[in-house]
Amino acid sequence: MSEMKISKKFSLSKLLVYLLLAMAAFLSIFPLYWMFVMATNHNSAINSVPPAMIPGQQLVTNFTNVINTIDFFGAIWNSVIVASLATLGTLFLCSLAGFAFAKLHFKGKEFFFIFILVTMMIPPQLGLIPQYIIITRLGWLNDLRAIIVPGIIDAFGIFWMRQYISSNVPDELVEAAKIDGCSTFRVYWNISVPVIIPAFATLAIIKFMYIWNDFLWPLVVLRDQSSHTIQVALRGLIDNYVRDNGMILSGTFWATVPLIIVFLLLNRLFISSLTEGAVKS
Amino acid sequence: MAQLQVKKHPYAPKRSSLSEKKKDAINGYLYISPFFLLFSIFGLFPILFSFYLGFQKWNGLGEMEYVGFLNFKLILSDPLFWKALSNTMIMWLLGTLPQLIIGIILAYALNSVLIKFKSIFRVSIFMPYVTSTVAVAIVFGIMFNNQEFGLFNAILGIFDVGPISWGTSEWGVKVAISTMVFWRWVGYNTIIYLAGLQAIPNELYEASVIDGATIRQKIQYITIPLLRPIIIFTVFTSTIGALQLFTEPLIFIGRTYRQEGITVVLYLYREAFTNMAFGPASATAIILFLIIIVISSINVFVANRIAR
Repeated sequence: MSEMKISKKFSLSKLLVYLLLAMAAFLSIFPLYWMFVMATNHNSAINSVPPAMIPGQQLVTNFTNVINTIDFFGAIWNSVIVASLATLGTLFLCSLAGFAFAKLHFKGKEFFFIFILVTMMIPPQLGLIPQYIIITRLGWLNDLRAIIVPGIIDAFGIFWMRQYISSNVPDELVEAAKIDGCSTFRVYWNISVPVIIPAFATLAIIKFMYIWNDFLWPLVVLRDQSSHTIQVALRGLIDNYVRDNGMILSGTFWATVPLIIVFLLLNRLFISSLTEGAVKS
Repeated sequence: MAQLQVKKHPYAPKRSSLSEKKKDAINGYLYISPFFLLFSIFGLFPILFSFYLGFQKWNGLGEMEYVGFLNFKLILSDPLFWKALSNTMIMWLLGTLPQLIIGIILAYALNSVLIKFKSIFRVSIFMPYVTSTVAVAIVFGIMFNNQEFGLFNAILGIFDVGPISWGTSEWGVKVAISTMVFWRWVGYNTIIYLAGLQAIPNELYEASVIDGATIRQKIQYITIPLLRPIIIFTVFTSTIGALQLFTEPLIFIGRTYRQEGITVVLYLYREAFTNMAFGPASATAIILFLIIIVISSINVFVANRIAR
């Protein structure tokens, strides 16, 4: 209430707040807009003073050049496959393990759970080289399984699912179902899973975005162009001798658009998933 | 088998209640086993093997050779490693500090009551986080072109400054890379702070107004102390993220690994996959791990001191 009075009284400070937020919003969106402008302009319009600020006529030409340089759609498809399968696997295994930690009784449960929490602290680069060697030995170099299978390991996901199941699936319900002769798996599948859909949504967004945007690991294990994910493929655009910025930003723009559209459609869910998930851990 | 079943039968009710517990345990182990199985192959074993490799000479193909601490000596006497380390630290400060300070300011602005278009502001400020790091690095890389037509140089040109060689000068490279990190993460932190601000009960502010508190006093004595756990969290995560900086410098300075922008992880990557020197690369990974442990401990220590 008091804040309200103040903001009504000092309309100057209110104006400043709006100016600040408008500037922040502008600076946040501008690079994305500029990406689009460049994606529709010829290289010469980009490399002139002042640079182009309004969309041009080269939309199709630039994108055709992208397709001639990298396998754009193949790479997008690879990213979709990799991110979807890793996400599905994560959802299943993390909820199963989270269910076990929340509702089943077995020896060493606390120890195993703390062990999983500790693994979250280890920087992923520590095992990078041996991981690469293992993938080579498995014959998974240039194979999407190299991303999907390690991508399913998710300590945070297990933690997240355990917390959610503990506080949202009542013990009485689990016990009642067991007395009625439900197998443990059916208690998980028929009773827990329907209740934890919101937790699935959160984890799915975090995981999908992580795998979609990951760069270092795919760069190491996906050497062959046909196996590239979109992030690795984008790098192929800037590796050329002659730098055609219109073409480069066309590829970058069209690779960014799908996720931005999904984000705009589901912005509430995205923002709460990506930040709440982080804060609660 | 048949005999056993016949024997069991008379005691069936009792036994089944006992085996219910056992079933629980078996299922429990079964359900958590995929994680441990996959983690031991792709997580635990590689970590232990890294510590082993750090003391070996190996190019990935031939025989391994035990060399003691030679790899560590090599790394620690390589000026480029120290350059990478100092670059990482400088870009950590350049990218992280402004990000957190501006994040708090923006969150405070967003949280002021009666802000119209709140969700539009929220969505646009968060949008950079949805953009992939590679895309961010490519776009900003072109904006930070050395020539006068690069967007940043063109803007500076209006004020008769520059052009600055963003891609090749000592500070140009660092400012450019830090800007990329800043742009992608500032909105994310803003939203996290906003969540923290919204959790502060309004009564506290009302009570303080009755006591005659100014806006500055409200921020100093209510907002900052109650936001502390979240500030500590963001400092913690952005620090760990900054120490692992890789994508932005790789995209921005490219395969030349220019020393103005090389980071510790980039150094590691170069040792391993350009020089095929797995021993020194593993030694670098171990050193990075130790640095992260030390800095995290300092973080925790300082956080505990402040919290008291």
